[in-house]
Order: sequence, then structure tokens, then C-alpha cells
Amino acid sequence: MRALFLRELRLAARIGGGAMMGIVFFLILVTIVPFAIGPDLNLLSRIGPAVLWIAALLATQLGLDRLFQADQEDGSLDLMRMSALPLEITVLVKCLAHWTATCLPLVIAAPLFGLMLALDGMALAGVTASLLAGTPALTFLGAIGAALTSSLRRGGLLAAIIVLPMAIPVLIFGVSAASAASGGTVPFATPFMVLAALTLASAALAPFAAAAAIRALGD
Amino acid sequence: MPSAAPAPVAPEISPARLRVAGLAVARGGRVLARGISFTLGPGEGLIVRGPNGSGKSTLLRVLAGLLSPVEGKVLIEGGDGDDTAGALAHYLGHAHAMKNALTAGENLEFWRAICGRPALEPAQALERTGLAHALDVPFGWLSAGQKRRAAFARLLVAHRPLWILDEPTSALDAPSSQAMAGLMGEHLAAGGLLIAATHLPLDVPGVRYLDLGEGI
Repeated sequence: MRALFLRELRLAARIGGGAMMGIVFFLILVTIVPFAIGPDLNLLSRIGPAVLWIAALLATQLGLDRLFQADQEDGSLDLMRMSALPLEITVLVKCLAHWTATCLPLVIAAPLFGLMLALDGMALAGVTASLLAGTPALTFLGAIGAALTSSLRRGGLLAAIIVLPMAIPVLIFGVSAASAASGGTVPFATPFMVLAALTLASAALAPFAAAAAIRALGD
Repeated sequence: MPSAAPAPVAPEISPARLRVAGLAVARGGRVLARGISFTLGPGEGLIVRGPNGSGKSTLLRVLAGLLSPVEGKVLIEGGDGDDTAGALAHYLGHAHAMKNALTAGENLEFWRAICGRPALEPAQALERTGLAHALDVPFGWLSAGQKRRAAFARLLVAHRPLWILDEPTSALDAPSSQAMAGLMGEHLAAGGLLIAATHLPLDVPGVRYLDLGEGI
């Protein structure tokens, strides 16, 4: 398992486009919004958490389509299916490595980018905490789409179409947790707990769904 | 090839047996071959021949447990109770199962860790396949033949009694092809099992042949 995790991280670092591409894409999305909306600081700080969350949602979809496709193309996936390590665990480890390589940098960069959207201290903390708790769910859900489209040449867009609707609950509770941190009618803990529950549930269920999809497509 | 005493391919192979009875294999709902039966014991090799599309690769994928057979049975028995294809067989398909961005050594190190029951070190395995210099070279930089040999080296980094090889010598020149056949011979001599599909002559002593006809 450790070998697989390290290999995935090493590949993400070598191939490039992993962490850096995600952050740059995230930065561009966040930068574009004030141009589109105009320099109204109050408005920006009000919608800031939502903008960061949508940007993170789209940025996490980058590269996710290659999660299994690359291994499918070069035959590694066949050997992983044969290996003693259950395919579900393989999927889980690959997701964790993908999250570490692409989402963790987004979470770390989020407070900096939040400053560009005129978020105050509490809102920055709230958005960062909610991204930390919620982005793993996006990766796990994305893995289902990635597994379903692993044998397609251009499966990326289809994967996004499959995954994004499933990500709506995560988005709702992520944004409401982030907004609750800077004041509001609900306490921060309520949506945050639901968000954490979504992440845990997806961590428990998505590996089985993705592994089943890989097996079904392999046959 | 190395000069000083080469590391043995397979110093310890648990006795295994492959039984195939009345097997029919299909791809995309179309039955390609039917009524395949044979038994392989320790030290026995089988070469599957046939024209393109006769179901050679499909048969090997079924044997490796990657596809389900349409009818019939595949039984792999190992010495130590774990009778799954994954625990007893190496599968070398058309694809190399190596990452271009990692060095040949890193690729082999990874498969050694994942496969379990480690055998040769990556450096030794590459030496046996005549690629000692490629240890720290990214896999993607190797030529087609070198890639095939590096992929072959994967068979040497973990112990598996049964080798399932799909066109093992494609893209290889005559000397390398000879060298890989030599490694297969060593594997058989050590009590291993071998089943290879190929349309090229493969000089492994003492193997039997299975001819698949045109798809049925």
C-alpha cells in the first residue's frame, strides 16, 4: 500500500500538471470572478466562499479522469486487479494519493486566494476548514466517474458530467459551513458535521463503486 | 549479458499445476475458441499458436483471471493453499505495465513491492535481461525492444510458478529474443510453468504446442 501511495505521488510530481496545474487553474478561476462581478468588496466577500468552493470543485476534476485511465492504457490496472491487494484498497490508496497531490495544495492555497475575494479572518478559516473536510469527498466521488470512463479515450468530460451532480450535496454543505464561519443564522458545526459525514460516507462507498466499475469494464 | 555468475531466475518455485477443461473464450460476445483442454505440471511449457484473432490473447486473459470464461474451467493449484491466479501467475500482456515517467528500476521496485514474494532485486533482474545500464533511465526513454525486455524483467522480481506471456518477444531482435527464451527455459528448468502466445518462433526446449484455428 505504501509502495502504491509513493508511486502515485511520484508520478504526480514527475508528470507535472498535477499539483501546480490545479493551483494555477484555481488561481485563474478566482481571479476571473472579480473581473466578471466588478470591484464591489461587499458583494465579493459575501459570495467569496461560494466562489472558492466552485473553483475548488472544478479544479479537483482536473486530472481525475486519468486516475485509472493511465493505468488501464499501460496494462498496470490488469496487474492491480490480479494482485493480492483488494481492488477496493487500491482505489482508496490511489484516491488518497490523488487528494494529497492535487487537493491538499488547493486547501493550503485557499486562504491566500481568499484574500483576493476580500474575505475576513473568520471566513478564511471557515473556507479552509470546509475545503479540508470536503475535498476528499470530491476526489472519492470523482473516482467513481474516473472508473466508469477509464476505458474511454476522451472520458474526462463525461466523467465530469457524471460526477458534478453527485457533488452538489458536498458543495451545498461546504459553502454553508464556510459562510457560517463568518456569522449567520446556523452555527458552524452543523453544516461542517454533515460535510465531514459526506466525506466519510464517500470514502466508505466510492472505493466499492469504483472497483465494481473497473471489474465490470474489464470483463 | 552479464559475465560473472548470473543471479538465478527462480531459485525456489512452489510446485503448481494448471488444469484447463473444456474452455471456451469469447470477446465482445463472440466465441473465439472452444473446447480447449490441457494440463500443465511443474517444468512444462505450452506455446499457443494461431492466426491473428484466433483468441490467443483472450485465452491468456482468461487464464490470468482477467476475463471470465464462457464455459469450462480454469484451475490453478499452488503448493501453499493460495490458489488465485494473482498469487500464482505473472501476466505479461501486450502493454508493458510500466510508467514512462518512472525509471525502469523504480517501476520494477514498485511491482516487486505490490506482487509480494520478492525474488531478484530490480538491478539484478535488469542485468539478466541485458539492461543493467537502464536502471536509472526513465522507462519512456527506452526503445521498443528495451521496453519489452524491461517489462520481461518484472517476471524476475517476484516469484510466481506460472508465467502467462502474450507475445513475449514482440519488438525484440534475434539475440534478445534468444536471451528471453533462455530465461523462459531457466524458469521451466526450475520447475516453473509457462504458457506463451506467439506468432514468432520461440526457441524454448521441451515445450508443447496448442494451435487455435480461425475464430469459430
